[in-house]
Amino acid sequence: MFTQTKEDIQQHSNTRLIRYVDALREAFEEEMARDPKVFLFGLDVDDHKGIQGSTVGLKEKFGADRVFGTPLSEDAMTGVAIGAAMAGLRPIHVHIRMDFMLLCMNQLINMAAKSHYIYNGQVQVPLVVRTMIGRSWGQGGQHSQALHSLFMHIPGLKVVAPANAHDAKGCMISAIRDNNPVIFIEHRLLYSTEGYVPTESYAVPLGKARILTEGTDITIVAISHMVMEALRAKKHLEAIGINAEVIDPVTLWPLDMDTIMQSVKKTKRLLVIDNAWLTCGASSEILTRALEICQEDDIAIPSMSRMGFAPTTCPTTRPLENLFYPNGRTIAVKAHQMVNGKKAGLWEPAIDAKTEIDAFKGPF
Amino acid sequence: MIDQIVTARLYKSMLLIRRIELRIAEIYHTDAIKSPVHLSVGQESIAVGVCDALEKDDIVSNTYRCHATYIAKGGDLNSMMAELYGKETGCAGGKAGSMHLVDIKNGVMGASAVVGTTIPVAAGYALAMQKEALLTGRRRVIVALCGDGGTEEGCFYETINFAALKKLPIIFVVENNRLAIHTPLEKRWATERLCERIETYGIKTYKIDDADVFKIREIMTNAIAAIREGTSGPIFIECATYRWLEHVGPLDDHSDSYRDTAEYQSWKDKDQITRLANMLDVETRTQVENEVTLLIQDAEKFAEESSYPAAEELYTHVYAN
Ligand SMILES: Cc1ncc(C[n+]2csc(CCOP(=O)(O)OP(=O)(O)O)c2C)c(N)n1
Repeated sequence: MFTQTKEDIQQHSNTRLIRYVDALREAFEEEMARDPKVFLFGLDVDDHKGIQGSTVGLKEKFGADRVFGTPLSEDAMTGVAIGAAMAGLRPIHVHIRMDFMLLCMNQLINMAAKSHYIYNGQVQVPLVVRTMIGRSWGQGGQHSQALHSLFMHIPGLKVVAPANAHDAKGCMISAIRDNNPVIFIEHRLLYSTEGYVPTESYAVPLGKARILTEGTDITIVAISHMVMEALRAKKHLEAIGINAEVIDPVTLWPLDMDTIMQSVKKTKRLLVIDNAWLTCGASSEILTRALEICQEDDIAIPSMSRMGFAPTTCPTTRPLENLFYPNGRTIAVKAHQMVNGKKAGLWEPAIDAKTEIDAFKGPF
Repeated sequence: MIDQIVTARLYKSMLLIRRIELRIAEIYHTDAIKSPVHLSVGQESIAVGVCDALEKDDIVSNTYRCHATYIAKGGDLNSMMAELYGKETGCAGGKAGSMHLVDIKNGVMGASAVVGTTIPVAAGYALAMQKEALLTGRRRVIVALCGDGGTEEGCFYETINFAALKKLPIIFVVENNRLAIHTPLEKRWATERLCERIETYGIKTYKIDDADVFKIREIMTNAIAAIREGTSGPIFIECATYRWLEHVGPLDDHSDSYRDTAEYQSWKDKDQITRLANMLDVETRTQVENEVTLLIQDAEKFAEESSYPAAEELYTHVYAN
């Protein structure tokens, strides 16, 4: 299943099918070759496994002073990244799980996000913080959190969460070239998914959503790995004659509401599927903005709903974990209810074929 | 002359840990255990030397590499295995897995998968224990275990300072296997003088180079006695050790060549389990081994036969009543 559009694939001459993880590595390779100020560091980036392969070979190519591991000192290392960025370098700081970013919050929120503003533009913090959302194989409460909304909340930070290989490379290139701190959110289960990726360098603009499949009946906005589930839902819905338009915001902040609203004006239904908890989350923001825009522009308020993680800590045992996440089938059922209202009746979509979730055998 | 009863007890505990972990490694490919396992094979003597000196109401705090300390402290074996299987009878109802073993009844504080996080939490327990002792007269202790990597987190030094300042009844134990995942100590520490660093806080330190289970136990016994007498605050112990298997998972990864096989061999040569086995008479040894076999068989059977948690369990314990 490809989470990208035909136009993206056709735009470039030299594309080939590669994995998300390899697309990321390509972005580092190209940007580090282009700009000697770019360096990449963080726990385990230079070991033989190289962050699931995404940094493999970079130390050999660019040297140990531009690609290096660190002590387990995330808080201080974040400060180091910020200082280096202020002093003119372009650091990429890597965390193998998003949960570990909680150790960096003071530096990211009090320093990275604010310095350009409070020092009245005298410094910039061109920093990329790469981080991965985990899922499955018993990663459990402390290795599966998706905390993008914490960062979306803070003025001064940009937040991007590409869901396919093409956007992984293009957004990483944009993030590295951006003069602001960018929180770059990857998902472990997307790492092995393949997409058509140009060989040449290209930037996917931050702040621009992507319509992945056009449809007329309902707009499904899905975030990060939930894009895969939304596309599975779209397939299920086709079987009963419902045509869903699936949108990937790609950048979570700044958020491209224009693209979403154009779609909603057409479908009159908006279902947001977040790869996170709902309360005070990206879904809250998207639905609120939609409502505000409808009121400002005097548009009929669409039917709106959202799905995301169950409001509990992610359990490790598989039967409970399965209930924790939305999936293609539960999303399809919700969309069906939104489209057909009370007359929707019971509908059980077919079982999904083996997915990247079934294929994942951990450990991390 | 070392007491045969003590030797047999330490041997049994270490053997149980080794054998159950190797059994976990053996069955891992069946996918019955869908949990990232950080095995302590090769490091057992620390957990056992440390925990043997503790009473049941003392507490041990852990990292995600927690099977060994859980077992050594007397954590329920069946519940541990069931937890790994994700079953409702697990020590955390199947909701936490291998990285978060817990058995409060037996003094095993819940383990955390975020490096360093349990170190200050253990100091919090110590603070409560210190207050409790004023009322009861009984001084309980807590042991905060972490790896060499754990000492690199800011909260490690922040906790050391606070514990020294408040003279808390806490014993810090660093299991120094010289690796954080695949990254060797040389790439993470400016100098290796960890004990010296800690001493500057006014904390008494001990460094054990050979993972000798008796030495560890003796230092612990004396340290605990001093804390219970009220003549000592925190104590710090650094134990050298070696992780035989990969960081996480069931395999031997020496073929990945990020570490030295000669070092591995030197640690195998001083393996405490083999050493203690040779100190026991054949009869005792056989008896211990048979007991261990039965315990493991029972735990596996218990885990297999238990049920998965019911759907409602997803929402239990989000908040306390
Ligand atoms: C705060 C944090 N950063 C990074 C990680 C990823 N990680 C898990 S274990 C580990 C290495 C820890 O090494 P050490 O403390 O020496 O313990 P050992 O695994 O050797 O027992 C790392 C970096 C984590 N779990 N938590």
